[in-house]
Amino acid sequence: MFPTPIAKTSRTWQLTYQTLLPVAMVLWLLPLLAVMWFSIKPGADFTTGNYWGRPSSFEGFANYFLVFTGSDMPRYLWNSVMITVPTVAGAVALSCMTGFALGVYRFKGNLLIFFMFVAGNFVPFQILMVPVRDLTLDMGLYDTRIGLVLFHIAFQTGFCTLFMRNFIRALPRELIEAARVEGVSEWRIFWYVVLPLMRPAIAALAVLIFTFIWNDYFWAVVLTQSPESQPVTAGITSFNAQYRAMYHLMSAGSIVAAIPPVAMFFAMQKHFIAGLTLGAVK
Amino acid sequence: MTMTAMPETEIAAPPRRFRQQAIAPWLFLLPGLLFFSVYVIVPIFQSFQISFYDWNGLDRPDGTSTAVYVGLENYRDLWDDPDFWTSLRNNAIWLVLYLLAIPGGLFIALFLNQTVTGIRLYKSLFFFPFVISQVVVGLVFTWFYDPTFGMINELLGLVGLGPVNILGDTRYATYGIIAAGLWPQTAYCMILYLTGLNAVDPEQIEAARLDGAKGPKMLWYVVLPQLRPATFIAFVVTVIGALRSFDLISIMTDGGPGFYSTSVLAFYMWDVALSEFGFRMGYGSAIAVILFLIMLIYIAGFLWKMYRDEKGV
Repeated sequence: MFPTPIAKTSRTWQLTYQTLLPVAMVLWLLPLLAVMWFSIKPGADFTTGNYWGRPSSFEGFANYFLVFTGSDMPRYLWNSVMITVPTVAGAVALSCMTGFALGVYRFKGNLLIFFMFVAGNFVPFQILMVPVRDLTLDMGLYDTRIGLVLFHIAFQTGFCTLFMRNFIRALPRELIEAARVEGVSEWRIFWYVVLPLMRPAIAALAVLIFTFIWNDYFWAVVLTQSPESQPVTAGITSFNAQYRAMYHLMSAGSIVAAIPPVAMFFAMQKHFIAGLTLGAVK
Repeated sequence: MTMTAMPETEIAAPPRRFRQQAIAPWLFLLPGLLFFSVYVIVPIFQSFQISFYDWNGLDRPDGTSTAVYVGLENYRDLWDDPDFWTSLRNNAIWLVLYLLAIPGGLFIALFLNQTVTGIRLYKSLFFFPFVISQVVVGLVFTWFYDPTFGMINELLGLVGLGPVNILGDTRYATYGIIAAGLWPQTAYCMILYLTGLNAVDPEQIEAARLDGAKGPKMLWYVVLPQLRPATFIAFVVTVIGALRSFDLISIMTDGGPGFYSTSVLAFYMWDVALSEFGFRMGYGSAIAVILFLIMLIYIAGFLWKMYRDEKGV
């Protein structure tokens, strides 16, 4: 193990390390802790200049309550859910199939199609912006959640295909060969043999895509503009305009907007990291 | 799917099986390929085409486009556009400084690669900035930098410095935004290296230790070579992240202060194409094409490496 395990080092270094850990963590999360601190203060503290001192009263509940009752925040959150969940389902479903096709079959153009998915997943969003916005307008889906969902599904299919194909590649081929010898049809091999084995990959992808899409901002501002369809990343700007200079509320709003992917991460940590670090180990 | 409905007859089995194996991949690919082509592949070519037009994004009442063909004029205009060069220069700064996330992530990973109680929680908390949306990261850092109440000035005040208005000063603003971006990016690199360190061969480490290697030497000659896959991915995601930087700029400075002093190509394109002063789709597309071509260098490199790995297997 590298570096040397702490248990094998001197007593002084052990103690230093144990104290260094929490200090480093607080420093690392300082900007975030500051916002949390703001979000429990009363608004009056900001007008009197008491930014960092003890809150003159604890207003945490009141502030967060107001975020949910005094603004469009619940609607933005709901839009985010209604954009993120269908995207996850769609992208995972499509990429299970494309990954299966590219991972199992040998045919002309296999690698070419695979590389096309991989390359497409890396392009800058701006090269797609004008045509995609135009297409969405033409379909009458501008400023709708479904318009955003369709694009996200398509774009995420690139990354998901890369992921799924490599995962399926690593499965034992004998399983598929054996099923073929038994005369099982290709669709049934996919459904009954391969898909059950892909559960960990599906879980990993689902949490990753959830986070990516929940946090998307660029496409939200390009394809939507009203509170009826805007997700929380775009909505927070209007929220902040509504509560201009009311830092206790803006802080609480930011924290509310950040919580769902954070909760997802902590709940599904193992899958999340497995997905993210795919390829980091040979 | 209709395939399952096919009757299975014993005698005709072999040829049908072959045919099925030839058709099946295309049926599986069809929906994904269709979506991906319509929303990703075709738009890339359309953007190239639009970049040769002068277009405000509108159609005439009869449905025809108002675009006017102007050839390479958009590109010529870019050449004389100081804001374009500012953006390009900022892109270069982003690209270089963003790479600090890699050594930064490695450093934190080495710091956290221990087995003491609660270390799992520490690792999660260090990683946590990556999970938050860049919009929130941008807001958090905007307040962190605020000249009147930001914590950074509070801290500077303790040592008798400041106050500085980081985001309001053209000299510092871009660096302030990059620092905010490095926060989640370093966390990302950290998790890649932590996973990599987990897979480092302990026997090699022990052998090297017996040979007297330790500290930086051990890191450089024994550990880092084994971390190469992690370093490669960290490099790819960091470069892509740097060239995609948009959210933070939009939230923290909206391209300002002044005229596009913190803009990058991704932001400038968006602002030109969808600004309040009228849509310039053709000009925006020309910027997007330039950004795409820059990115293409990295994409080609990535595909080339993948191709070699595929052939190597």
